[in-house]
Order: sequence, then C-alpha cells, then structure tokens
Amino acid sequence: MPELSLDDLKSKATEIRELIIRITTEAGSGHPTSSLSATEVVTALYFGGFMNYDPKKPDDPNRDRFILSKGHACPVLYSAMAEAGYYTTDEIMTLRKLGSPWEGHPNMRRLPGIEASTGSLGQGLSIGIGHALAGKMDGKSYRTYVMMGDGEMGEGQVWEAIATAEKYALNNLTAIIDQNGYQQTGATKDVLDLSKFQPKIEAFGWHVQTINGNDMGEVVAALKTARDVTDKPTCLVSQTKKGYPVVPLLEAEGDPNYHGKPFSPELAKKALEMIG
Amino acid sequence: MYLGEASGLPLGAATRDAFGVALKELGASNDRLVTVDGDVGNSTRTEPFALAYPDRAFNVGIAESNMVSVAGGLAACGKIPVVASFACFLLDNAFDQIRMSVAFPQLNVKLVGSHAGISIGEDGPSQMGIEDVALACSLPGVTVVVPSDAACTTAATKACLELDGPTYLRVGRGKVAIVYPDGCPFELGKAITVREGSDATIIANGLMVPGAIDAAKMLEADGISCRVIDLHTIKPIDRDAIAAAAKETGAIVVAEEHLHHGGLGSAVAQVVAETAPVPMGFVNVGDQYAESGDPQGLLDKYGLTAAAVADAVRQAHGRK
Repeated sequence: MPELSLDDLKSKATEIRELIIRITTEAGSGHPTSSLSATEVVTALYFGGFMNYDPKKPDDPNRDRFILSKGHACPVLYSAMAEAGYYTTDEIMTLRKLGSPWEGHPNMRRLPGIEASTGSLGQGLSIGIGHALAGKMDGKSYRTYVMMGDGEMGEGQVWEAIATAEKYALNNLTAIIDQNGYQQTGATKDVLDLSKFQPKIEAFGWHVQTINGNDMGEVVAALKTARDVTDKPTCLVSQTKKGYPVVPLLEAEGDPNYHGKPFSPELAKKALEMIG
Repeated sequence: MYLGEASGLPLGAATRDAFGVALKELGASNDRLVTVDGDVGNSTRTEPFALAYPDRAFNVGIAESNMVSVAGGLAACGKIPVVASFACFLLDNAFDQIRMSVAFPQLNVKLVGSHAGISIGEDGPSQMGIEDVALACSLPGVTVVVPSDAACTTAATKACLELDGPTYLRVGRGKVAIVYPDGCPFELGKAITVREGSDATIIANGLMVPGAIDAAKMLEADGISCRVIDLHTIKPIDRDAIAAAAKETGAIVVAEEHLHHGGLGSAVAQVVAETAPVPMGFVNVGDQYAESGDPQGLLDKYGLTAAAVADAVRQAHGRK
C-alpha cells in the first residue's frame, strides 16, 4: 500500500491526468473531462495510503475496494491502476479498441482488480453495500469506497442505498460524490438540482464532509477523517471542476462541459502542456 | 376442478412453500447462503430462513433495485445471495440491476420470483408475474427454472443453489397438484418425461404440467397417444428431448402460465424449428393482461385448462 507525500501525490495525479488524456485521445472517444475531475480522489485512494491492495493478488479477500459507479470515468481508474502496477501504461493505450479488456466502461469479468461492472448509473453504491455487509459478516476490516457522479445522484437507487447503509451502520463504507457540476446535456443544477448533498445525506444519518476535491490536501485530510468515523457510513461531497485543470482550454473551445468527447490531438497537446 | 384433479393427482403444497422449506434446510449446512429481501419475505417464504439465521438475512425494504445490486456485491465477496420477491417486482422492476449487477458480471446470485402467473388470483394483474420468464431468458448465462410441484421445487432449489452462476427460479402462490409423489428425478437442463406417448407431445412447466397430464388422459378417448414432458429448465434447454419428441410424435403443444411471447413456447419453438419442424400449438395467457378473480376462475377464463390443451393437441395433430 503506497503512501506518498502530498507533493508526490500531486505529481502522481499529474501523471495520471497525462495518461487519461493520452488514452482517450488515442481511443478517439471516451470521457476525459469526467475522469479529470475525479483524479485527486482516485490518486489519493490508490497512492495516499488509504487502500490496501496488491496488484499480484487482486482477489485477496482482505483488500480494500474501490467501485467506480460513474463507470464512464474509467480512464482515471485504468490510469491509476496502471500506475499502481495492475497493468502497464502501454496496455491501457488499447482503451476501447476491439479485443481490449479496457472497455469503454469497467468490465470486472475481463480485468483483474475491477470490483464491479458499471456504466448503468446508480448501482455502484448498492454493490458497495454488498461488499461492506460481507466484510462485516466475515469479520474483515477492509473498507469499501464508491465513487458516484453528481448527475448520477438523480438515480433513485442511490437513495435506496443511502438509507440501507444507515440501517446497517456501515462504518466500513465511504461514498464519494464527484460533484463536477455537469452531466450529459448541461449543468447539473439546471437538469435536476440535487446539489445540496451534505444536508440531504446527513439527514439519512451519514457523516458527510464537503471539500474541494481538486485540492489534494483537502482530499487526503477528508479521507483520513472518514476512516476514523466508527459509527456510521461516510460521504465526501467532492466539489470539483469537470476537466480540471484544463477548463480554460475547454471554455476556449466553447464547451466547458465537454462531456463524452475526447480531446483532438491538438487540444490534447495543449492540455498536456498546461498540466505538465 | 384444479389442474391434475381429473388424473387423480392429489393437491400438494405451493411451490413457494417448498422453496421456503428447502432454503431453510440448506441454510443449515451452508453458511455462505444469505437472503436479501424487499420486505416480502413472509410472502416469498424466505422468512423461515431469516428467522433461523438472522445474521444472514438482509431486509433492505421496498427497494428492489438496491436489493438486487446489494446481492451482486455479496456474491462478488463469495456469498450465495438468494433474492426473492414477487416475480413481477423482481424481474420487471429490477431488470437493469439484474442485467448489470448479476448477469453481465456472471455473479452467483439466486433470483427467486414468487407469485408467478395469473393463478395468484384476487390481487390482480399488477401483482402477476407473466413477463418474467421472457425477461429472465433474455439474459445471457442465466439459468431459468420453472418447477411444477413441491418435490420438483425442492430439488430445483437445491440444484440452483449448488450451481455456480446466476439462476432464476419461478414459484407460485397457490397449492398445486402433486406430480412427483415419490420425489422428483430432477436434473438441471434435463427434461422429465412424465407420460409416454407416440402421437403428439405436450411440453409444459409449472402448474400446466398437471394440466397436461389431464389433457393426455382426455385425449385417450380420441385415440391420441400423448407424451407429456415437464420442461422445468428453460435455460439451458434440453434440445435432445424436444427434438426426439418432435421426431417421434410429430406434433408438439407447449403449455405455460406466461404471456405468449418469450416464454417456454418461444424457447421450444426455436428448438423445433432448428431440429425437426412439426406442427405446434401454444397454450398460455396470450398477449394480454388478466384481471382480479378467484384463481380457478382466472385459469378457466384465460384458457389455462386441460380442455384447452387437449384442443390444441387435436389441432396440431390434425395438421400432421
């Protein structure tokens, strides 16, 4: 379980962002901006000492779990897992190509270390509850992290799951809402505004923190706090920017959402320069 | 007159009751077994298991989507979750969760749909699972079983729980005739010939198996020797038994308590078309929703009767 310093985590996040852009531009499709917003959290989980895992033993029953419920952001997951040693960075360049197990959304049957097949929004937290309940039944101390999108919170199943996690006092479950403010057709506040997540989820009996999810220091501190909560499930409302930190480039393109679009080679070049 | 009564088959337990008894019994020897309930455990009969093993029973409330995905997570951790609800609420309400959290990742979740068919009676069409087999059969890698009587259900429950992979078991609300008084020679994917015959074959499942036995008896007067096959497993289907029936008897009628499209009839017709095309007939609920009423009255009104099956056999036989 690597536990990098804050500076090293920031560098790792940059490497992961570079991969996200390279693999989606190479694929010619995918969701780079949905991945970029979530990069600090995913980087902190895999490299900040929060997840116990061994790429050589992806089925270790004691491993901590990360479920990417917003499966379209899998470029950030594949990139982080490549950096963590599950696969090589060359391999993930086959993203979305025929025959590649690095599919457009995560497929647990084809890739070790993927905890759930996602892509139909709203199911990851429930699946995470299954992992958390099993952990309690078996007396194991692993933690299950589930990342959702803020648009995904429109799915009713998520709220069924939130209520269920409270019922079973799942203190081994941490939900992260990557609140990047946009969904497919526009700003989340204009589509279905559920944005005041903290009071809503606190009302369900959870421990909730709202943070700047693109600030690595805040992310690490919040994950530590969540880990220390002993009596209830925990949630991070991770307020981020979709496409961070290359939002100015997207605005210049006239589409700050840039949902489900790869960067052109020219845009990717500019983005890599801005990140590096 | 209940289905099977004309043949002297005694009335036995409801298949949901047999499932509940078997589940509790199997739970004693397998601590990986857990239940995930959408607050209908006293209807689906998972309740005895939950009372016996409260640490392995999770009632997540009236939230079928969450229920199914939670089961997927439990299965990913090595548990064997049994998810039981009314067939319509399980398959219809949580279909995408079954697709994405169970079928696509091929997780070892045991789906059980109770209150299947129109014979649930007075509660009416909103509670009747009559699309469930079509939905379940549409999912790659999911084993689909519709047992006919209590003994068949006991054996099917055990077989489903022992299989490593997703399964759908369909059970009913009311008492049904006993087809297998001496125990059911059940094997997943293997049809049971419950009556030999040479002129036509009735392939049935669920409570239409005793209905088919009645029909075969009625057809003796017509001089038609009718084979009856209990095709309890729809997926994977017993192609050999179907092909042999088509070749040896030359006409096939399929009887089931399900909509016309996508159920046992469709599955059998595909095999017949591919192996040995012969005249066929179909007895089912049709392409419609039913209504409230007493169970026997509903079966009669919607044509799930031995007489309807016998008529269908005469017609198919006449087209040979």
